[in-house]
Amino acid sequence: MTSDPDALLQVRDLAVEFDTPEGVVKAVTEVSWDLRRGETLGIVGESGSGKSVSVMSLMRLIPTPPGRIVSGEARFEDRDLLTLTRRQLRRLRGRDIAMVFQDPMSSLNPVQTVGHQIAEAMLVHDSQLRDREAKRRSIELLELVGVPQPAERFRQYPHQYSGGMRQRAMIAMAIANRPKILIADEPTTALDVTIQAQVMEVLKSAQQEAGAAMILITHDLGLIAEMADRVIVMYGGRVVEIGEVHEVFHRPRHPYTFGLMASLPRLDTQTETLATIPGQPPSLVTPPPGCAFHPRCRLQRERSLCAEAVPELMDGTTGHRSACHYAEEMQDLVAEVSAEVGVDFSGGAE
Amino acid sequence: MSGLATNSVGSSSAVGDEILRVEDLKTHYPIRSGLLKRQIGSVKAVDGVSFSLRHGETLGLVGESGCGKSTIARTVMKLTEPTSGHIVFRGEDITHLSRSEMRPIRQQMQIIFQDPYSALNPRMRVDEIVGEPLRVHGRWKDGGPARVAELLDLVGLSTEHGRRYPHEFSGGQRQRIGVARALALNPQLVILDEPVSALDVSIQAQIVNLLKDLQQEFGLAYLFIAHDLSVVRHISDRVAVMYLGRIVETGSHHDTYEHATHPYTQALLSAVPHPDPDHRGGRDRIVLTGDVPSPSNPPSGCRFRPRCWKAEGRCETEVPDLVERPSHPHPSACHFADEDPSVTMDRSSG
Repeated sequence: MTSDPDALLQVRDLAVEFDTPEGVVKAVTEVSWDLRRGETLGIVGESGSGKSVSVMSLMRLIPTPPGRIVSGEARFEDRDLLTLTRRQLRRLRGRDIAMVFQDPMSSLNPVQTVGHQIAEAMLVHDSQLRDREAKRRSIELLELVGVPQPAERFRQYPHQYSGGMRQRAMIAMAIANRPKILIADEPTTALDVTIQAQVMEVLKSAQQEAGAAMILITHDLGLIAEMADRVIVMYGGRVVEIGEVHEVFHRPRHPYTFGLMASLPRLDTQTETLATIPGQPPSLVTPPPGCAFHPRCRLQRERSLCAEAVPELMDGTTGHRSACHYAEEMQDLVAEVSAEVGVDFSGGAE
Repeated sequence: MSGLATNSVGSSSAVGDEILRVEDLKTHYPIRSGLLKRQIGSVKAVDGVSFSLRHGETLGLVGESGCGKSTIARTVMKLTEPTSGHIVFRGEDITHLSRSEMRPIRQQMQIIFQDPYSALNPRMRVDEIVGEPLRVHGRWKDGGPARVAELLDLVGLSTEHGRRYPHEFSGGQRQRIGVARALALNPQLVILDEPVSALDVSIQAQIVNLLKDLQQEFGLAYLFIAHDLSVVRHISDRVAVMYLGRIVETGSHHDTYEHATHPYTQALLSAVPHPDPDHRGGRDRIVLTGDVPSPSNPPSGCRFRPRCWKAEGRCETEVPDLVERPSHPHPSACHFADEDPSVTMDRSSG
């Protein structure tokens, strides 16, 4: 993999395992990607795909044991995040790299006021900052993320906030130190759809305000389509496809990516049946040999290569890569499924 | 089944006589406080809801958390006592039936819950779980084991699966077990409370297709409750949109999705992220301000008024009825439902 001159964060050959009673779970295997300055990189996948673990392990936010980073490198400003000491990492977290999680209730301290926690996030990283100034800026931040009556809300506790408001407060805290990287892990999954729309707008403007690059981890293809510049699709702990968002959505080069998109019920049309991906997600303790997706894949067509060799991420068009031995046959698959369910999935493929 | 004429209730499958009718149903939960636990108010979870459902038909009940959709499910099943109103099942008023009087009726109406993890007894084998309703209702001797095998086969599981325990199954398979159990007694009405919300996209499509197939085969009536508008559109013949304890709009899936007249429905539809990056910024997203008010103290007049961009003086004093309007034959509870017939989602145009 070549180096991208714009890369802010370079992840190479990351592998993460967990010891479980059932055996060693290979949660993340050979994951490599770049995060570019200012971009939004979406990481999409289903439960157990490794989308969250791959990013959280970079911040060393996975429990060790049972978790273990087996190999890899994560280069951020000439340092390898994976070799930093705890102290160095603490200085980085919340300042250069900030995070927003799915459940704001468990990320906020219930016995401290929201305002105090936002101010604290700044004071921790800036010994010069005075309390009064920190408070003033906290209130500004609350206003920026659309919390009404920020001066009053500053003095309130998390339980006095609604779910959407809490997530806004988390975003305010995340951008308080103008981070270079903003990691959002399923930031709106716990929220209702109308509140999700509000929070995503806030997240977008907060990212712009801070000039940060964002890693958006989600299972929701809709959010990816709406927010991401580039997208990574993960399956069974590996990256199976990566590329510019329009490319990936309109000309998917991996049968799993296409399967995911085709199995989404549509808001704008109604079909008789949904295209499905048969079978179940792979076991990460005893993954299928070769390509982890092959037992569920329609492109395999009884060919033995899929069960024998793990496909490498290969270039399709510029920057659009996928890990499928038969990526060249994707157009046929798209046409086949389109005919079956009576929906034209070849939309953008001209 | 797409593109049916407006106002038609239709589905391609045989839709027969009315099986369930709910009239002006109210379910209020008391709020008690103080030493003597006096009632100081009530949460009006369901506050005057009417609908009907026919054999072989699917009514989708959609809304955000706290709108009362799950309370309706519980009340119709008589797991929660209604405060007032009527529930008529197959022509019989079951509103005030006792537990023992409900027993024979419960054979004909079953419920499937969201969480396939907590709905299955972890200490029972799968074939015991699926066969339990037969034992409870004294129908085991009448070919029980064969019936269990048939049910497992029906939902795509093998008899070998029957000898295992729930923890050995993935979420999607557990939901199949739940479906098999629900069908054990040949019910005519199945209430599905967020049946696919906990499942990954690829598995969700499998379960949705399964539910549709089973409905075709057995002429089941579904009351399908979900917060996901796309899933509801896909499976429903008719849709009812709920807000704060009431239905605000109802009609065929085509009417409610393509010609929404209630501002809340419009906002809800526009908030769903579109899984195509080409749609980004291309349509007027309605981002609602504020949160859903408390159902213990709902706003006067129209309950959506504080968040509505169309609200005027009369919305504060006059409760809008859920009625048909000259230009829009499907019922909508908005004073202005008639005024802006041009409002359609531009999703359909792209």
